[in-house]
Amino acid sequence: MSKTDSIAVEHLDAVETARHGTTALGFWIYLMTDCILFASLFATFAVLRGATYGGPSGKELFGMPFVLTETLILLTSSFVCGLVLLGAKYNRTKLVILGLIITFLLGAAFLTLELTEFTHLVQDGHSWRASAFLSAFFTLVGTHGAHISMGLIWIIVMIGQILKKGLVKGTIRRLTLFSLFWHFLDIVWIFIFTVVYLMGVL
Amino acid sequence: MKEDAPVISKQPVGPATVWSLTLGFVLAVGLTLAAYFVVVDHWLYGVWVVVAIVALAVAQLLVQLIFFLHLGREGKPRWNLAAFFFMLIFLFIIIAGSLWIMYNLNYNMIQMSPQQMDSYMKQQSNAGF
Repeated sequence: MSKTDSIAVEHLDAVETARHGTTALGFWIYLMTDCILFASLFATFAVLRGATYGGPSGKELFGMPFVLTETLILLTSSFVCGLVLLGAKYNRTKLVILGLIITFLLGAAFLTLELTEFTHLVQDGHSWRASAFLSAFFTLVGTHGAHISMGLIWIIVMIGQILKKGLVKGTIRRLTLFSLFWHFLDIVWIFIFTVVYLMGVL
Repeated sequence: MKEDAPVISKQPVGPATVWSLTLGFVLAVGLTLAAYFVVVDHWLYGVWVVVAIVALAVAQLLVQLIFFLHLGREGKPRWNLAAFFFMLIFLFIIIAGSLWIMYNLNYNMIQMSPQQMDSYMKQQSNAGF
């Protein structure tokens, strides 16, 4: 991207264009196919949730206040990510960087909690090998966690790019796509929270 | 790399504001806490618990789609929305179809002892299946 180009960018326009351009549409279609991936994992989980092979079910395994904390952290992260995009609209580079760092820290906190839960389960002998229910659980929740990890790497790369290039068309577009990705993961988590955890402890 | 073509649609979209984002966030937190306490504090009983938490999850889906993803705010043609509905159809077929088929398999097979299964099969073949 040329220098004159980057100076001439109208930030307000750039954000709207990025959200409604062809690149965003392509990314949106990727997200929809990702939804179908998660749908098959949800279907698998729903079918196998009772197949505990004599082992403990979700009711004995899940700590609900812990899961609520995870949910609220991810939700806040999603909210901050929305604010970041708004900051980009008004060309507030420092606020954008700060927001991205907060988004990253909240995402990392979420991932740490999730890995803590996994570690405890495995240490207590409830690994994915123990039953079909646990296989389905680890696959579904782990796939979401893998997406979150990718998002965290994406944030680091974007912070570097924005520090180097500033808020130009290209970085704003990536920021827009990232916000779609992050909000999407939050929505998937809401359904994991409901189907896996809340219904699991009923 | 080619820059974005001006756009698919150039109609103005309602911009996100701090207030719309905050409202979305507050609603989402409220719905999450409501679902949590319905289950943990036993606000409801029986099948109503499931009905309530599914309804709350769907409500939260709508809140996040509208306030965070701004779905439906694009100008025509609404490709994002069309892709979304297309995905919903697939989602429904995969989830409802799997549960339906696997429930029937379970019903027909797992609850039977081998002897029961044997007599069931004989009965079926006598009936002409």
